[in-house]
Amino acid sequence: MDFKDSLGLVAPELLLSVAGLILLLVAAWVGDKASKAISIAAVAVLVGASFLVGPALANGAVGPDTVAFMGQFRADAFAAFAKILIYLSAGACLMIAPSFFDRYGAMRAEYPILVLFAALGMGIMVSASDLLTLYIGLELNSLAAYVLASFLRTDARSAEAGLKYFVLGALASGILLFGMSLTYGFTGTTSFEGIRVALAGDMSTGALFGVVFVLAGLAFKISAVPFHMWTPDVYEGAPTPVTTFFSTAPKVAALALTMRVALDAFGPQADAWQQIVIFAALASIVVGALGAIGQANIKRLLAYSSINNVGFMLIGLAAATPEGASAMLVYLAIYVAMSLGGFVAVLMLKGEDGEPVEAIADISGLSATRPGLAAALAIIMFSLAGIPPLFGFWGKFVVFQAAVQADMIALAAIGIAASVIGAYYYLKVVKIMYFDEPAGVVTGKSDWAHQAILVITTVFVSPLGFLLTPWLGAHADAAATALFLAV
Amino acid sequence: MIGIEHYVVVSSILFVLGVLGIFLNRKNVIVILMAIELILLAVNINLVAFSAFLGDLTGQVFAMFVLTVAAGEAAIGLAILVIYFRSRGTIAVDDVNRMKG
Repeated sequence: MDFKDSLGLVAPELLLSVAGLILLLVAAWVGDKASKAISIAAVAVLVGASFLVGPALANGAVGPDTVAFMGQFRADAFAAFAKILIYLSAGACLMIAPSFFDRYGAMRAEYPILVLFAALGMGIMVSASDLLTLYIGLELNSLAAYVLASFLRTDARSAEAGLKYFVLGALASGILLFGMSLTYGFTGTTSFEGIRVALAGDMSTGALFGVVFVLAGLAFKISAVPFHMWTPDVYEGAPTPVTTFFSTAPKVAALALTMRVALDAFGPQADAWQQIVIFAALASIVVGALGAIGQANIKRLLAYSSINNVGFMLIGLAAATPEGASAMLVYLAIYVAMSLGGFVAVLMLKGEDGEPVEAIADISGLSATRPGLAAALAIIMFSLAGIPPLFGFWGKFVVFQAAVQADMIALAAIGIAASVIGAYYYLKVVKIMYFDEPAGVVTGKSDWAHQAILVITTVFVSPLGFLLTPWLGAHADAAATALFLAV
Repeated sequence: MIGIEHYVVVSSILFVLGVLGIFLNRKNVIVILMAIELILLAVNINLVAFSAFLGDLTGQVFAMFVLTVAAGEAAIGLAILVIYFRSRGTIAVDDVNRMKG
């Protein structure tokens, strides 16, 4: 694999980085009045990048032909699956932003550029096949995300969210790095392939510490219990379009990265990390469900919901089989749609002057004043709860099926029981919208981009989504196969 | 003779000090930034020591990347701290509590 072929494999990343730099220059020259045009260009670049990675997924790219830069980077079908989700959800998060920020006069040209660089970092994360590439991708994403969280810089809550996200994110990076340094020291290499070879057979205590620290750092990034405490605060405080972004694209990237690290680099020691993942999965499901119950802010409620959903996805990882990986990818795709739809619906909850409405009490009786919005939010809530026949049920079903196939019947049973607890607070929101007295707070008009994305995601998570199961399942299987064939 | 164990012990102590500095400190957010730097330096000691021990350059290259990213991280952290101070007028850790639950 020579340098020219390597450059061909990183074409999406090259496109994103060059376009990001050019747009940055445009922003510096023209100023904030170009922010709408830059947003549109950034969406076009993200869609273009997803077309560039499309063939790798369609062909099920796998093997030595997908390895670039001497084992640093792997552009296989697995990475392509995650990248398409990342780029498309990042594009959607750009489209919903202008109407929100305009109200504060804060639609600055940096916003689309930061999202572009974050998407670039996430693409590098999911393609990483070396600890060094992993670190660079993760930090490129995180540094942009810290700035995005505090983007409404005159708002005290946004600044506080940025500060909390920065401190805990930097701590997570530190823990992850410490784990990587131990892994490097005790295996003698930073490439996933080399680590896999070195970890076969008995593992030294030092390497075990490395594995545990790396998984702890990654658990921070995917907001799995016991490293979830930053999530509700950051999701509540960050501007809603940014929260939408955090709950979709970086979640996909961090989970895909966790899958690659656990199943590829640490694959031979699956027995060692499975216990950790099982604990994190069950704890996330329970804490996510119980924590959401008392919440009065809908963004905070959705933050706990995302902790809860990460728990279900980790059940697929705990299975440590290709079926489990495929189930996780299917769940991820459905989760991204649900999360995007849920937060866009929150964005559409606006008062008379267009001020955001976030209190759950204020949406009571929404079905009387805004029947369409209430119906969409109800479908998304039912889908997040995993109630059949909505598409969210399918994600939970394939994950539990994979756990049962891997002889983890107890894990699947506890997971199913805990998902019933979770149903309570989703149903509570639906009850408030449909059966309580109208509060008459939500009267503001909605933006066409919000409506379009809400309609698309609602149709996707509705029973109509089941028409896509063969297509989604085939691509997820191809991606999971690529992940396991690399082993 | 100073062996690899000594380096790993020192870096582990620095790492633990850094983590404790983040969680036990109740006064000032700047101290948290210093604790983060301490963690990253502990990692660098580890990387360079292992690199010398293994006779492999990767660890030192990694350490250079960590240093570079740490500089960027500190710049962004301080910038966020400045906008936080502007809106709240304080950087005491106990006051970072607008959101709870």
